Amino acid sequence: MPAVALPATGAWLAALAGSPLPGRRHEDWRFTDLAPLQSVAAEPWSGPDPFALAALPAGITRLEPAEAQQLRNQVLQATGSSGAWPVQLNQGASPRCLALRVSGAAGPLQLSIDAGAAPGLLALQLLLILEDGASLELLQHHSSSAANATSLLTVAQLGRGARLHLGVLAPGDSRASLLSHLAISQAPASALQLTTAVGGWALSRLEPRICQVAGAAHTRLRALQLVDGQDLADTHSHVCFEGPDGELDQLHKVVADGAGRSVFNGAVQVPRKAQQTNAAQLSRTLLLSDRARVDTKPELEIVADDVKCAHGATVSRLQQSELFYLQSRGIGADQASKLLLRGYCDEVLRELPVAAAALNPLPLLLRERP
Amino acid sequence: MIRPDAPLLLDIRDLHASVDEQPILKGVNLAIRAGEIHAVMGRNGSGKSTLSKVLAGHPAYTVTAGSVHYRGADLLELDPEQRARIGLFLGFQYPVEIPGVSNLEFLRVATNSRRAERGDEELDTFAFEDLVHERLKVVQMDPAFLERSVNEGFSGGEKKRNEILQMALLEPLVAILDETDSGLDIDALRIVADGVNQLAGPDNATLLITHYQRLLDLITPDYVHVMAAGRILRTGGKELALELERTGYDWVDQELARLEPETVEVA
Repeated sequence: MPAVALPATGAWLAALAGSPLPGRRHEDWRFTDLAPLQSVAAEPWSGPDPFALAALPAGITRLEPAEAQQLRNQVLQATGSSGAWPVQLNQGASPRCLALRVSGAAGPLQLSIDAGAAPGLLALQLLLILEDGASLELLQHHSSSAANATSLLTVAQLGRGARLHLGVLAPGDSRASLLSHLAISQAPASALQLTTAVGGWALSRLEPRICQVAGAAHTRLRALQLVDGQDLADTHSHVCFEGPDGELDQLHKVVADGAGRSVFNGAVQVPRKAQQTNAAQLSRTLLLSDRARVDTKPELEIVADDVKCAHGATVSRLQQSELFYLQSRGIGADQASKLLLRGYCDEVLRELPVAAAALNPLPLLLRERP
Repeated sequence: MIRPDAPLLLDIRDLHASVDEQPILKGVNLAIRAGEIHAVMGRNGSGKSTLSKVLAGHPAYTVTAGSVHYRGADLLELDPEQRARIGLFLGFQYPVEIPGVSNLEFLRVATNSRRAERGDEELDTFAFEDLVHERLKVVQMDPAFLERSVNEGFSGGEKKRNEILQMALLEPLVAILDETDSGLDIDALRIVADGVNQLAGPDNATLLITHYQRLLDLITPDYVHVMAAGRILRTGGKELALELERTGYDWVDQELARLEPETVEVA
């Protein structure tokens, strides 16, 4: 059943953000209906602080509030995140904050962010400084089991030679919403691997905004988003190169079933100073239903003239030749379809941090709950 | 091995089939008994590969007339997976690459589907690994190929070995090998042919579809059939393949013209 917007919630969210809710006239929100977000109760989420439970491994210490604020301001400015509505909402919603400094080879760290059955808006901020040469593997595991909303702002600053492997595993609930903005700045010689796997939310909006502040860094993005029923999943990614010799390798995969709707907008900015950038973006969609809808758009803004920037988009159904091959070996049509679907998703899921495997992510994302 | 009293495994009668409403098979008759090796030869477009796909149940082909019985049961009533489970195997001319699906997992699921049909217990991961490592020897295949995605990035020869490995695991009663020799160098051809010979026995039968004598130098057929314009034009022993090698297919056109002066299409 489609979500019904509550007028009081819309006004409350707009007041928190200090800005009206974006609508269809905003280019970035053209395909994304915020009704599920407005159907949650107009109140702060009241459960225990999910971050309070986080046990910090060696090599990770907490930041002082003043450091945290400085970090947030710097990175939001570098990535151009300040004006994004989900960031404004998060900032205005008195978020619970976890601010960490990572030195040397730390981790792995797993954060469970379960909005559970409590109503309202859960607002969280995760701030990370990775010092020069530091490395961290971090898994954010979201979940929910009611009509509530999670707003997470992740801010990370990668020092020279730092390595961050960040995974977002977000199996949702058909009544819940997730707004996740990831503002990440990368110094030269740093490496970011961001793998996101999202499915089953009434509304999910992921906004990775990455800036290579002087180029010469490596960014690897892997994303899987699944929609079924009336779900809407939206990813707006943005990668900017503020210097030469940067690398981007981006793969965005979608499985669209039922009357689900998937939106992908992949922006890549290569200004004149970013010569010798090597960027590749591929969007692939598996369409399993005639009622599902997919909007996918690469948005490459290339001013530098000596760069490699490849992009591509495919939309297809399960391949008949592959199905027949499996059937001709005695594998029933249903099981063959599942094998093919699993193979399609696994290309992204296997790039989540190691801790994700124990959670058996695909059945969670497909809502195949025990 | 020809034994007139051996059980009849496959009985094809007056089979007509079309694809996209274009008739391809126009009255195929063929009976295959246990222990026999048959070869079907013919030019491109004669209907050889269509015959193999129709028998395996490919959804793109429609049977418009005739019958196919497998061990007395109506084969055409069955889904492709049911045909495979009861012992029919198609070795593909172009084995399909399936990214993301592990070859080992695929082989295990397929083997267990066939085992369940035969009333054998399902093999767990460990028991299956033992079985597959034993069967790899049939085609001298590197175990590393088990860890890769199904056929992905395999060379032509590796794909065909993977087909014969599947045959060794599924233990079919009727194996149809569609141009298994195409794209193979002489060493790979020898390994694949050797695998087929190891698996052929008195209780099963093999139907080889091929253009060339070179495969039949390595696998000796009991019967050779020449196909043209969607039917079997002539049947003989292994010497018929040698005769074709000498004379080519020109006589086929003459014979077709004599049979059907109105409808001959020269492929």
